[in-house]
Amino acid sequence: MTTTATEIGRDRRRKEDQRLITGRTRWTDNMTLPGMLHLAMVRSPFAHARITSIDTSAAAAAPNVVSVVTGAELGEEMGVLINAWPITPDQVAPVHTPMAVDRATFAGEIVAVVVARSAAAARDAAELVDVEYDELPAALDLKEAAADTVLAHPDLGTNKSAYWVFDSAAAGTGGDVEEAIGTARADGIVIEREYRQQRLIPAFMEPRSVVVDPTGEQLTVWSATQIPHILRFAMAATLGIPESKLRVIAPDVGGGFGGKLQTTPEEWLAVVLARRLGKPVKFTETRSESLISGHHGRDQWQKLTLAATKDGTVTGLKVELLADLGSHVSLVGGGVPVLGAFMFNAIYKFPAYHFACQTVLTNKTWTDAYRGAGRPEATFAIERLMDELAAELGVDPLVVREQNWIKHEEFPFTTVAGLEYDSGNYEAATARAKELFGYDELRAEQQRRRDADDPVQLGIGISTFTEMCGLAPSRVLGQLDYGAGGWEHASVRMLATGKVEVITGASAHGQGHETAFSQIVADRLGVAFEDVEVLHGDTQIAAKGLDTYGSRSLVVGGEALVRAADKVIEKARPIAAHLLEASVEDLEFSGGTFSVRGTDAGMAIGEIATAVFAAHNLPDGVEPSLDSDATYDPVNFSFPHGTHLCAVEVDTETGRVRMRSYVCVDDVGNIINPLIVAGQVHGGLVQGIAQALWEEAVYDDSGTLVSGSFVDYLLPTAADTISFEIDHTTTPSTTNTLGTKGVGEAGTIASTPAVVNAVVDAVRHLGVHDIAMPCTPERVWRAIHMSSSAEGADQ
Amino acid sequence: MIPAPFSYVAPTSVDEALAALAEHGDDAKILAGGQSLLPVLRMRLNAPEWVIDLGRIDSLRGVRDAGDHLVIGAMTTHHDVLHDPLVAEHAALITAAATDLADAQVRHRGTFGGSLAHADPAGDLGAPVLALGASFVIAGPSGTRTVPGTEFFVDLFETAIGDDEILTEVHVPKHTGWGAHYEKFVRVAHQWPIVAVAAAVRVEGGTIEHARIGLTNMGSTPLRATAVEEALTGQPLTADAVRAAAQHAADGANPPSDLNGDASYRSHLACVLTARAVLAAGGADG
Ligand SMILES: Cc1cc2nc3c(=O)[nH]c(=O)nc-3n(C[C@H](O)[C@H](O)[C@H](O)COP(=O)(O)OP(=O)(O)OC[C@H]3O[C@@H](n4cnc5c(N)ncnc54)[C@H](O)[C@@H]3O)c2cc1C
Repeated sequence: MTTTATEIGRDRRRKEDQRLITGRTRWTDNMTLPGMLHLAMVRSPFAHARITSIDTSAAAAAPNVVSVVTGAELGEEMGVLINAWPITPDQVAPVHTPMAVDRATFAGEIVAVVVARSAAAARDAAELVDVEYDELPAALDLKEAAADTVLAHPDLGTNKSAYWVFDSAAAGTGGDVEEAIGTARADGIVIEREYRQQRLIPAFMEPRSVVVDPTGEQLTVWSATQIPHILRFAMAATLGIPESKLRVIAPDVGGGFGGKLQTTPEEWLAVVLARRLGKPVKFTETRSESLISGHHGRDQWQKLTLAATKDGTVTGLKVELLADLGSHVSLVGGGVPVLGAFMFNAIYKFPAYHFACQTVLTNKTWTDAYRGAGRPEATFAIERLMDELAAELGVDPLVVREQNWIKHEEFPFTTVAGLEYDSGNYEAATARAKELFGYDELRAEQQRRRDADDPVQLGIGISTFTEMCGLAPSRVLGQLDYGAGGWEHASVRMLATGKVEVITGASAHGQGHETAFSQIVADRLGVAFEDVEVLHGDTQIAAKGLDTYGSRSLVVGGEALVRAADKVIEKARPIAAHLLEASVEDLEFSGGTFSVRGTDAGMAIGEIATAVFAAHNLPDGVEPSLDSDATYDPVNFSFPHGTHLCAVEVDTETGRVRMRSYVCVDDVGNIINPLIVAGQVHGGLVQGIAQALWEEAVYDDSGTLVSGSFVDYLLPTAADTISFEIDHTTTPSTTNTLGTKGVGEAGTIASTPAVVNAVVDAVRHLGVHDIAMPCTPERVWRAIHMSSSAEGADQ
Repeated sequence: MIPAPFSYVAPTSVDEALAALAEHGDDAKILAGGQSLLPVLRMRLNAPEWVIDLGRIDSLRGVRDAGDHLVIGAMTTHHDVLHDPLVAEHAALITAAATDLADAQVRHRGTFGGSLAHADPAGDLGAPVLALGASFVIAGPSGTRTVPGTEFFVDLFETAIGDDEILTEVHVPKHTGWGAHYEKFVRVAHQWPIVAVAAAVRVEGGTIEHARIGLTNMGSTPLRATAVEEALTGQPLTADAVRAAAQHAADGANPPSDLNGDASYRSHLACVLTARAVLAAGGADG
């Protein structure tokens, strides 16, 4: 039955995949309750408009309609959505009601809800709701909005929400950046650039869905969410329902990427209407609704000034950001750029740093976390700048990076942003990546193509990265004015039959927690992988937890699990000693068995569990329980890192970019399941590459989302990617028992700059220094033809 | 996404279908593979009261040899066209265009006739069919008429098919032994073409004897690049000669501007892609 300690590090196929892939499982939309009613939303087609009247009479009279409600009618009953991270005390934020009351503030905002006996009846009746609008000027462009030319919320008097600053001189973590820039202007190199982080849509596979049953003693909410625990807390805080009367269940959830790290208007309205009508209700969004009204990500302008000495040593970085919040300050949206603030210095050790971010309200869909949340944006900026510095110096971009990064022997290292990096080995990861990539050969081919004026040019892109994972030490979150802590909870229960039930507060939505956590517990307790069951996502089962985001589940939740399992072993020890008639000191525990040193007497932990269940023969004063739990608050973040190398071919006649090879060597610390890690890296890479080449949420001048379907919002598929070559170096984290660091966001963070660097590198000799994301064929082609004056005849 | 309610009928013959059309007239829509119609209904961009499904009319399905031309039934799926040996032998340009048309799922449902009747200027089949000089057989209350490609495509999503008519088959003149290539330019694989060029050439001893060139998404209908066809005739199949002839591929076109590129970029693409398509069709290295 028992295995030796081999589960960790093993390529286990994910035990949850059968049900997830076939869909024969408890997705929220698969739920049907007796008497259940269905909601359909009426949404504003205008970015900004006064609602002058809403006539619901025709809809209310339609067949099978139970109720039609408007924001004005629900009033305070509908509660408000919360912003859990006010980044400054004077942050300006409009009240966020789940439904517009007299003014719609983005195209897609809910203005009325129809409740009917079937989803089809609700949809049909929604077409009959007659809303009259007076269109108002809309604040759409981020820079213009920051100048308050048009107000997204006229009553607030400004679009500027919060201004957040970090300065190394003020914080005592480094020098004065203006001084560094001044010195560099006089006798060094200053690189000034402006980069656009375009707006992206998380585009999870399962649309958001919510079912509410108000009929029991506890109101039960099923939701396709990443955050059942936070949702429960937020609902209790704003809807006047005691937390103890609320049960939130995130059943199987089909992806999130941050897009389901949200408390949503639809969830609030479902609860309010279920309570009002005394019946279960369901709402499942359409894909179109998901694209226009689920929160978006990124959307920043980055103004960057990098100072360096003439030999390429970076001496300072100044970052001025504009971040588009969209119509409201969402759950943690304001904090996304703040997370990035700690990452602009990345793996480098320059001495002066200044970061300032202005968050701005506009009449577009609200923004919030999207895979990487702040860190991809930061990494993009510094990694693009490193290439620009190398180009300025005329040296290999890898050389400039090495010159500036923190050396292996310098860890632990306190950065200019004030974080303590516990470990890292950038030399090893880079050396391995170079070797796998065939760096020197590709550079030679690039030169040949340049010399031959080949219509297809080769570009080589580099990105290193590090990120702060394992969100987060609660104290640090407190210092950043975040509204919650960053601990995680786990419990381990030995069942009477020797099976193990594990409960985690980290609510999985496709990551494979059930498999990875089973592997950890199987090793720890010496039981079979198959004998461990991992439960999550139901506040009645996983009573405590802070859910899944920010590459925290394994690093924080995994540590809680280890500690809970170890407590079980310690609880079993005196019982084993008693049953084996030996003293505790003579016992050793390995491979799941307590044995008496020097004898062949022993007892498996499962047998002890059976004995505890019977409780016929336990030592005096020992409780008949082999359960335990642990709540772990991390002492530090973890800092995975990696080196990514990418080769692209650019067709200079059409501007089309073709990926040719991609190598990444990530150091994510110890690996529990290499197959899951590979999956996370692959998926992350594609998502990051998509930002570089394909995806962009585009609004037209009237504030309509033009890329409002997958015809225009270009999600890549497997047909658009290549085979990635991935490898790892292993520098275990020193701050958790398992030595893990987190891998959920790694691929997404490094791949975007790697690809854009490659595209620019391919055409740099033609006079191109930058191409806006996504690097569409048209943009690439125009960049080439605008810079090469000799050839510019076409335009 | 739930369409507005509609009534549904699935006739088993063209006559029955025509009768249903005559009865419900303006309130009816024909359903072929549903790959364009269903999204329209589900997004409630259209709400017909009747949907007349042609899926049970067997006579509309299949490809046959009619001597100097092939007859492709309107309800033949993209998949069946793609794998049809007659099409591959005598109208390889259509095989080439069907290869990258949408994805396997869509190709198993979407139909040859549905695609042409839908007349999306970005559709992949219009340009090759036009280039090959196909004609369209349209059945209506007063019998059957045959319309040449130049008259079939009228405007954006508009063809010569009347409200009370059905496209039954497409006649494609045989181009046996011609080289063919469809050059489709997309950003991601499952995308509709930003611009595409359909080229069929007959090369004898290194000289282009005949060329047929169709352009996709360069105007409100598929276009035929006759000026380029003429310029190519008698030219050697060399990169320089072909590129020179392709310079005028976009003359007279009126391409759209959208997120994937503006009109001037599309015009540029049309020239580049035309040269590539012709060279590939002729078997030369691009
Ligand atoms: C995801 C996706 C990707 C796609 N990508 C591409 C692509 O890359 N290239 C491409 O060319 N197409 C693409 N398509 C469209 C596909 O080719 C459709 O199959 C085609 O456009 C319509 O054919 P259908 O048989 O599905 O027709 P339907 O959707 O059933 O009908 C389309 C229209 O034509 C009318 N109609 C149909 N048949 C007849 C008839 N016999 N007589 C009169 N009127 C008729 C209908 O009333 C309707 O108005 C894509 C579709 C999808 C869903």
